[in-house]
Amino acid sequence: MKKPKHKKEFTKSEPVKADPINRRDFFNKSWKWLGIIAAVEVTGMFTGFMFSGKSKNNSNPKQLLEAGPVDSFALSSVSAFMGGRFYLARQQDGGFIALSLRCTHLGCSITWEETHKRFICPCHSSAFDISGKVLNPPAARALDYYPVMIENGIVKVDIGILMERNTFRKDQLQYA
Amino acid sequence: MRTIFLHLHPARVNEASIHFNRTFGLGGMVALLIVIQIITGILLRFYYTPIPAEAYNSVVFTKNQVLFGQFIRNIHYWSGVFLLLITFLHFMRVFLTGAFREERKINWLFGLVLLLLIVLLNFTGYLLPWDQLAYWAITVSTNIIGYLPLVGESIRTMIIGGKELNADTLRTFFTFHTAVLPFLLLLLVLYHFWRVRKAGGILVPETVEKPEMVPTMPNLVFKEFIVALVLIAVLFIFAAVFNAPLLEKANPSYSLNPTKAPWYFAGVQELLMHFHPLFAAFIIPISVVAFMAWIPFIKYDDSPNGHWFISEPGRKSSENTAKYAAIVTLAGILFNEYVLNFEVLLSPIPAFISNGILPLLILIGFMAGFNKYYLKKLSLSKAELVQAVFVFIIVAFIVLTLVGIFFRGKDMALTFPWNV
Repeated sequence: MKKPKHKKEFTKSEPVKADPINRRDFFNKSWKWLGIIAAVEVTGMFTGFMFSGKSKNNSNPKQLLEAGPVDSFALSSVSAFMGGRFYLARQQDGGFIALSLRCTHLGCSITWEETHKRFICPCHSSAFDISGKVLNPPAARALDYYPVMIENGIVKVDIGILMERNTFRKDQLQYA
Repeated sequence: MRTIFLHLHPARVNEASIHFNRTFGLGGMVALLIVIQIITGILLRFYYTPIPAEAYNSVVFTKNQVLFGQFIRNIHYWSGVFLLLITFLHFMRVFLTGAFREERKINWLFGLVLLLLIVLLNFTGYLLPWDQLAYWAITVSTNIIGYLPLVGESIRTMIIGGKELNADTLRTFFTFHTAVLPFLLLLLVLYHFWRVRKAGGILVPETVEKPEMVPTMPNLVFKEFIVALVLIAVLFIFAAVFNAPLLEKANPSYSLNPTKAPWYFAGVQELLMHFHPLFAAFIIPISVVAFMAWIPFIKYDDSPNGHWFISEPGRKSSENTAKYAAIVTLAGILFNEYVLNFEVLLSPIPAFISNGILPLLILIGFMAGFNKYYLKKLSLSKAELVQAVFVFIIVAFIVLTLVGIFFRGKDMALTFPWNV
């Protein structure tokens, strides 16, 4: 908006010393500040509207999925659970880990190669071993995993919590 | 109606500015394509359902059951491709004829914003069919954001509304694609036009005699009409012959092999094959955009003269820079792929250094060497030097993009186009 021309001349020709804020200035300033406050309020309203409705996180309380009896998984074998988006991997020593399908590089779905005993990502050929450890970059982190619980000889996987890690550690395995 | 249309132009225009090979009508083509996108987009929206369970089926329905459904969808697809390509050509034309300096500075920036908006429109539209192609391309692209230090992961979660693509993602992308972005685009395009007029129309080389002014109607309008008809004809032929891709419905358990980002990000994805993600997806692209935004504000020692490539030495140096950039980029790709992989070779060093800073320094070294042993010898003006850098970046980008689209096959290994 253009300011009315006479305004400038008016303030110039009558310098106000005694009264530092004249009425015109007061209203102009008030409008300006009201405008800023309104803008802040509207921005706050928009942001609140945009973000409050979105789900905050994905870690739902326990979502147990029964994988099956311990004995049905051979040592050093991998079984796919596509519905739960994980591979249940039983290590050579009998430990269980439920590895997420997501490659830690860019999120593609990995597949298990039985011949080479490794997981391979079709996107950029990252490879992981049976415990989820990186065998070949570009992936830098070991595969994410879901907590495994073994109750009464039944393997259960909690697909509500995705655990992230940098490297494989023995305590990530679960034993019967 | 006729007067509204004519009011986009001044009543009389400089005869030199309406020669077809001054602008190739690129800006006008972009405007026409935007109109076509809006019309076909609205039509498609009548049948589309932005819910993961139904989106794919609604697209299949549009394609198979709706009269002209396939054709309208094809037009929308191809005109989106054309829109991005022609906007890119327009951007190069404006730069290479010097029409980005002085009173056109601000409009150059708005042009960059428009280019970015068009990329975002393409990107948000890419997800909507919810097929395997869409699902994995957007998964890969959004996962790249997660590599931004500290804030990356939360920005990614904010954009897609969760850990992986879901109903929120589709709804958000749909809203941006069909409401927010088109609205912004229209607004800024009008402003862009207005600033061109305010800058005195198309930049033309100065002549000794007074420029000849001719009435816009029919001189310019008829030419625009012909360009529009030819463009529409080409677009319709494409839409009639080549179907827009649609694979099977998205399946979060199985990735495509290869999974590629949308074609306009193929260059960035190719960079990802050679650099640490932080460099490939952020440091390098952001520096390039910053450079593009900065070039009108560099202090030049001359005024733009409106000639292509500024001058004869300018043309020569650009040509050789283009060749050099193409060779360096191609050689770099092949070398890194087959001979030396820094990340594997220097594995004890963090990938950030071995696969980020190191190759970047080598690349900068190649640019500096070219400057020292070739460009310096030509005693170019500042504008011509900046032009050489621009040409280098653009050619490298084009080479990377072409390699990413046509020469990456199964497992993202290098191969020939007929094997892709």
